[in-house]
Amino acid sequence: MYTDKVMDHFQNPRNVGEIANADGVGEEGNVRCGDIMKLWIKVEDGRIMDAKFKTFGCGAAIATSSMITEMVIGKTLEEAQEISNQAVAEALDGLPPVKMHCSNLAADALQKALDDYKAKQSA
Amino acid sequence: MERIYLDHAATTPVRPEVLEAMIPAYKNTFGNASSVYSWGREARKAIDDARAITADILGAEFNEIIFTGSGSEADNLAIKGAAWKQQHKGKHIITSAIEHHAVLDTVKWLEANGFDATYVPVDEDGLVSAAAVEEAIREDTILITIMHGNNEMGTIQPVEDIAVLAKDRGILFHTDAVQTVGSLPIHVKDMGVDMLSLAAHKFYGPKGVGALYVRKGVRLDPLIHGGAQERNRRAGTEDIPSIVGLTKALELADSERREVKPRLIAMRDRLIQGLEQIPDTKVNGHRDKRLPNNVNVCFRYIEGESLLLNLDMMGIAASSGSACTSGSLDPSHVLLAMGLSHEVAHGSLRLTLGRSSTEADVDYVLKHVPPIVKRLRDMSPLYQA
Repeated sequence: MYTDKVMDHFQNPRNVGEIANADGVGEEGNVRCGDIMKLWIKVEDGRIMDAKFKTFGCGAAIATSSMITEMVIGKTLEEAQEISNQAVAEALDGLPPVKMHCSNLAADALQKALDDYKAKQSA
Repeated sequence: MERIYLDHAATTPVRPEVLEAMIPAYKNTFGNASSVYSWGREARKAIDDARAITADILGAEFNEIIFTGSGSEADNLAIKGAAWKQQHKGKHIITSAIEHHAVLDTVKWLEANGFDATYVPVDEDGLVSAAAVEEAIREDTILITIMHGNNEMGTIQPVEDIAVLAKDRGILFHTDAVQTVGSLPIHVKDMGVDMLSLAAHKFYGPKGVGALYVRKGVRLDPLIHGGAQERNRRAGTEDIPSIVGLTKALELADSERREVKPRLIAMRDRLIQGLEQIPDTKVNGHRDKRLPNNVNVCFRYIEGESLLLNLDMMGIAASSGSACTSGSLDPSHVLLAMGLSHEVAHGSLRLTLGRSSTEADVDYVLKHVPPIVKRLRDMSPLYQA
């Protein structure tokens, strides 16, 4: 039911872990539904230099988490802002329809991490 | 890679002896059992012989067995058939919160069509209490349906006690015994039930065939109209090879139980004890009143589908009650009814042993599950090592 790319990211997730002194942290999902993703980003000169994640969830949740860290590293904040859940799913060659709704949270977690970064900057 | 099938509660393979018994029925016994000529008589005899053996093993009489197309159909026929027939007496049905969906959804359908239902809760071991059923009984209660062995966490219900209650009040009692027929000795008269459902594919028979025991004197409206088959209770030309297969599988299960059951229980308990060694692990279901082949545990901080995918990579076939695997947004209704939180229920793992299971399989599982759980926990934002 999952594409080879999803299974690859599920079996060999990239950038698992936390970033100490992260510049932005975002969390999305809830335990009730069974999917929670937490994303840490490191920003330098308006560019995301590092991203790490931890995820409680199904195969799709882990694969989308892993994929978005690859997509976002090296991007400017403006470019990162444009990444949608749909784009993450497409980068994985698609997700089963039932997973599009509940387990595709990575872009939302990224959005929250970016908001957190901006809030910290203006504080 | 080694492959280990540990999902026998989902389905079992057809035994070679069963297939062997079915082949002549396909090759030779093709007549319509309703026909008067010799082909028809041969078909009729094959069904009659199968019915006699099935009835005898279950402690029933010949005419008390209805062959159906599945365990789900047997449940539907028992519940809808009895409710419809008795609606002049009352419209209240009692069931439990942990039934298989073949029962739950059938009762819900009746609720949507003018009937009333009470869903009796269970305790933390997943046990229905006869006292709770008694409390739920009303003047207009016409049917009680409580399963025998739970398919998810294996708890065996006190159906004999509930049968007594029902009988005293003249209320029909049905039990879904799909998980226990084949695995436990079943004698319908000793159990005291009015109706009992079973499915062949749970005990190494073919899929697409089940049966319903209906005590003499219990009247049902059929679900399927259009013929006098099964004494007017299930129209449709009989599937003789499947009926023969069901019967052969039941005979084998019955004759081998004494040897198979203790072996399964020993492996089950070793699995449970081994998995319990993993920190933050909860065993689900009753320790003793439990199906011989059922293991069900929750690993906190991880989710079931990712666990199953990892097990599959190691060649282990298992199941889970997480939302992703239950096909809904919520985890298993059974685990929630036992008082587990959503978070914990999402991390459930069910392993169900079978005839092919070996002590080496148990070793393999106990070797590979702990590192998988650790890997997923290390990835989980909920887990603090």
